[in-house]
Amino acid sequence: MKKNLWIVGLCVIGILAASAYAFGRSSAFGDKIFDFGHMKSLDSDTKLSEGDAAPDFDLPAISGNRVRLSEYRGNRHVMLTFIPAAWTPVCSDQWPGYHIARELFEDLDTVVIGISCDNLPSLHAWILEMGGVWFDVVSDFWPHGKVSDAYGVLRSDGMSERAVFIIDKTGIIRFIHLEDINARPDLGVLIQALEELTP
Amino acid sequence: MRYQHNTGRILNRTILAILVMAAGAACIIRPGICSQRSGSLDFDLPVPEESLQQAYLGVQGRDRFTLGQIAARVVIVEIFSMYCPICQREAADVNALFDRIRQDPQLSEQVKLLGIGAGNSAFEVSFFKKKYHIEFPLFADGDFQLHKQIGEVNTPHFFGLKKLENGDMELFFSRSGEIEDVETFLQTLLKESGVTLQP
Repeated sequence: MKKNLWIVGLCVIGILAASAYAFGRSSAFGDKIFDFGHMKSLDSDTKLSEGDAAPDFDLPAISGNRVRLSEYRGNRHVMLTFIPAAWTPVCSDQWPGYHIARELFEDLDTVVIGISCDNLPSLHAWILEMGGVWFDVVSDFWPHGKVSDAYGVLRSDGMSERAVFIIDKTGIIRFIHLEDINARPDLGVLIQALEELTP
Repeated sequence: MRYQHNTGRILNRTILAILVMAAGAACIIRPGICSQRSGSLDFDLPVPEESLQQAYLGVQGRDRFTLGQIAARVVIVEIFSMYCPICQREAADVNALFDRIRQDPQLSEQVKLLGIGAGNSAFEVSFFKKKYHIEFPLFADGDFQLHKQIGEVNTPHFFGLKKLENGDMELFFSRSGEIEDVETFLQTLLKESGVTLQP
């Protein structure tokens, strides 16, 4: 009898777990998406605050170039968008939105840099699958998550948080948004933060 | 002994009932795991601010409206997201569908089209509308409330509903993915509606 009750319990938990969470995902990636299911919302200790100097980095991009944050100093604002992992549901439906919003960022004198702890080949294939993006996508794969860790958004599972840092032309962090890893930040909130940088 | 046997049968029936109920609950929460999607389109939406769109839907003088209150015999509902590459790519095709219906004197008064942005804020829907010059009404569903009620479909997804004699709306069409060919899509939808459109 106890055994039967365990089976019932496991079946019910299994079915409900399968139905627990479904992000509004696009059909664009077909069955290539890997779904971790619902994850711990945040899993890191953010070390930085608004007003701090943004840690510099020099990372390889899928374009084949390297991207150094400090190259934009005195020149453009930077929106640094960390995503947890390529080929996952929410991440796959985040950067395509920034892709079509290019004019919004450019009107606000801002470059977007996408950053992930995935390796370059995986990022390359994923970005191609989504149809390409106009902004640089860089890999924080090796030393693994070094930049994510410097920004305090490296999770214990080796992925980064879903986080956005807005860095002004002087290299100072002016806005930090740590999103629940299971959700996507509202573009309106990010654009509003950028508008506040431009008098 | 007999008592134990009956207890076992009762327990087995209870197990079966619980599993059936749990599977049913899973179908409602996440229809994708079932053979047929089974969400509900029985919801209301805010009346658009623009008078042209109020007139298009025939919902002037209200604060909110249901799909059954739209002045049409057939209502097409697109579930989209500004973050969905397919929705971006086929925005021109959906506009062409809207134009095709609007320019046909037989269809224009009897078939209406609207879109719901799954997980999209008002800002994001507004941006998508402006970006792709969309003239039919779009509605924000920033917290996925409608998307969950509808059945957490992938984007884009198209529903077709027809108005019955008693004023109730009946769902006759439900499909995820691209329109592909506008005329074929429209004719398929009209055929499946079974509605004889009055000249």
